[in-house]
Amino acid sequence: MTNHETRQMSTDMTCQELVELITEYLEGTLAPTERMRFDAHVRTCPGCAAYIEQMRTTIGILGKLSEESMSAGAERDLLATFRNWKSGGAADGDARRT
Amino acid sequence: MNSTAVGSPTDELELVLALRAGDEDAFTKLVNRYQSSMLRVALTYVGSRAVAEEVVQEAWLGVLNGIGRFERRSQLKTWIMRIVVNRAKRRGSEEARSVPLSVTQPSREDLGPSVDPDRFRGPDDPWAGHWRSSPPNWAAMPEPRLLSREMLNEVRRALEGLPEKQREVITLRDVLGYSGAEVCNVLTISETNQRVLLHRARSRVRAAVERYLQP
Repeated sequence: MTNHETRQMSTDMTCQELVELITEYLEGTLAPTERMRFDAHVRTCPGCAAYIEQMRTTIGILGKLSEESMSAGAERDLLATFRNWKSGGAADGDARRT
Repeated sequence: MNSTAVGSPTDELELVLALRAGDEDAFTKLVNRYQSSMLRVALTYVGSRAVAEEVVQEAWLGVLNGIGRFERRSQLKTWIMRIVVNRAKRRGSEEARSVPLSVTQPSREDLGPSVDPDRFRGPDDPWAGHWRSSPPNWAAMPEPRLLSREMLNEVRRALEGLPEKQREVITLRDVLGYSGAEVCNVLTISETNQRVLLHRARSRVRAAVERYLQP
């Protein structure tokens, strides 16, 4: 790759474009040429490298939200629902189990 | 049935068969495995925790009543989540009709840019479209700050403020860790649509985190 090509590729994508392509980048769905432009930009742009890191951090924080638990009463109700269903008594609207 | 990997086809088949036979342990196992995710998903559509719990209860009854017809064309997890989504959506729209000032956001299209355009240099600048000042590097930030209770609450609020379609995708993908393909199956949307919604949602949540971290 000549210097000219390198320069052209790295000036090709702006930071403003990059932030709109980041999800496709992280999902691995960028077309190969776009991917090359993306990588070339990030190599010379600490700002965008930081932005990608921010996005990864954001995804990491979202993953920490997952714990939700039902109230104790709800668990009891569920077992009652199950036993009722098992004995053939449960009806879900009009869809009675046969 | 404890030597097989969770969610593997053999493990699922065993659970399905046991449940059809009325095995309470199989039911408890499924409840322990999926209950928390189901509640999280239900909360995406309905305004209160109490209603979300009711939705989950209804969904389990739906699972029990439908297990005889479950044909394993989809994963058990996907099938269960689809039941939750359908029930929760129904409840959500009933709520929206009965409560004029709904707590759920009106569905609105969100086509704005991912980052405030003022953050980039203008068209007259030789570096047009590049950062005016570089975004801060969060990798250098201490983990207790990033994962503090206030931060998690901030992110929760940001999720609640998203349009519903974005919220459902990001909840399944990033909060519950589903793959893109699984999300498409649960929500019956295309991969492109999934990606677009995920992108908007993530960009907005990132912006909320940034606002919170700003000194």
